[in-house]
Amino acid sequence: MARLNLWRWVVLALAAVYFLVPLAASVIFTVDVPGQGITFDAYSRIIGADGFVSSLLLSLELAAATIAVVLLLMVPAMVALRLGAPRLRPVVEVVCSLPLVVPPIAFVAGISTVLKWGPEHLSRTPLFQTFVAIQNPDFPFVLVLAYVVMALPFVYRALDAGLRAVDVRTLVEAARSCGAGWPQALVRVVLPNLRGALLNASFLTLALVLGEFTVAQLLGFQPFAVWIYSVGGSQAQLSVAVSVLSLLVTWALLLSLAGLGGRSRTASRG
Amino acid sequence: MTTVLTEAPADVAPAAADQQRRRRAPGWLAVVPLLVVVAVAFGIPALAMLNGAFTVKDQATGATSYSAANMTDSVQGAYLTALLGSVKLSAVSAGIATVLGLPLAQAVVTSRFRALREAVLTASGVLANFGGVPLAFAFVATLGNAGVLTTHLGLKDHGWNLYSFWGLTLVYLYFLIPLMVLTITPALDGLRSQWREAAQNNGATTVQYWRHVALPVLAPSLLGGLVLLFGSAFAAYATAAAMVGSAVPLVTLQIADAISGNVMVGQENVALALSLDMVLIAGLVMAVYLPLQRRSARWLA
Repeated sequence: MARLNLWRWVVLALAAVYFLVPLAASVIFTVDVPGQGITFDAYSRIIGADGFVSSLLLSLELAAATIAVVLLLMVPAMVALRLGAPRLRPVVEVVCSLPLVVPPIAFVAGISTVLKWGPEHLSRTPLFQTFVAIQNPDFPFVLVLAYVVMALPFVYRALDAGLRAVDVRTLVEAARSCGAGWPQALVRVVLPNLRGALLNASFLTLALVLGEFTVAQLLGFQPFAVWIYSVGGSQAQLSVAVSVLSLLVTWALLLSLAGLGGRSRTASRG
Repeated sequence: MTTVLTEAPADVAPAAADQQRRRRAPGWLAVVPLLVVVAVAFGIPALAMLNGAFTVKDQATGATSYSAANMTDSVQGAYLTALLGSVKLSAVSAGIATVLGLPLAQAVVTSRFRALREAVLTASGVLANFGGVPLAFAFVATLGNAGVLTTHLGLKDHGWNLYSFWGLTLVYLYFLIPLMVLTITPALDGLRSQWREAAQNNGATTVQYWRHVALPVLAPSLLGGLVLLFGSAFAAYATAAAMVGSAVPLVTLQIADAISGNVMVGQENVALALSLDMVLIAGLVMAVYLPLQRRSARWLA
């Protein structure tokens, strides 16, 4: 037994070294600048850095819009699948898994081809205005559409797990026999029961959008991840400092997600 | 389960059926917006890619015609090197991550400390999602040319170069191993202690138990995880783009180059053909993964 425990600690220690050393080294890299000694200059420069605030805001706006759109699309559909249209379920499942088969880079290749049709073929049609509008650099809605598609598999899985845990049909029927209308039954009975799943789906989408680089960079927009990349070339310390911070933010987000998920799991068990 | 018990008695069944019929219409309607948005945001780009991959534009006349020339080009020369480079990198890093992730997951699953288990699984969830640019920069700061470890340990004199195949593999493991831990943990949880006890009672050693009981049961999950890791590494672009530029030939980097217009005129559609190649490989990955997952679910139910 002692031998077995030793083996386990060796494995865990090696894993800890591999996973912690790059983080520790990144922090050292940002505070121990050659020729300057220990300095926290890189961190204090972040706020004032050109484009930091605007790119972070853009990412957060994109995330909020993506979460709103994907939940508005998915929640009614998933609830309806449970209640009235079970035969559509395999269709929705396949549709929501398709994005897994198309890597982001292939997806963006397709999107940029479509966007090129705008100037090439549609310049005299009203559709052209739509093409211009969704590529507005202040708020590129085309990215929201892309992120909605990319988030579908995660949101589907999160909501499916949530719906599995509650008996939607009985809940809705109970609400209806107590005199609630359909919207009331949905908003005040079903949604509160799905709170954990909704939070889960929102956080996963948030993490996806904040870290997304491929689509945004290749379509020429500059949300947060692309901004980090663009400062990387000129200001190494600053870019690593931002990377460390963004890692910490992602950690905090996902840890709080795990905390919330854990709590809702125990709540449903009790 | 409870619905069976609350099923309406026979005499009110017509009313219930009536209600069902009325319900079906909104049921359909609620799914329609989702399908429409996916058709527009996903279907059109996918069809455009398919169309472009098989379209050739004549430079002289500007006329376009359908042909398989792009697809042929995409599996030749530099593009083939990139495709093979991607496959090799993904296969090697997924293989290593599978081999290393299994003992780590086993060490965590059999641990008596619940807190350790929770901590490692949560951390895995974070790290598996921590791909992209920050990961690349963290490793550049650690093991890059001016990285902390590189300078302090003098790794450069030993021929270390992060911007190479093995450097990239090392970085990919950072999110692949946690992904493996996440995928394999449910399977390891499904290994019943009775099986180990039965094997021990029959005189089997630990090695024999793993060789004849545990690994065969785990095999579908392990293979499924391996395939999933392969797909994840194969699709990764941000890390490689931020780290190596084009020092390692990868198909994602080639596609990105072509989209940004850094290629010869008339080669744009080869990017779409390459994308189609990627979709085919990713589709193959899924086609292998899903049956394996179903198979492992049968054992571990």
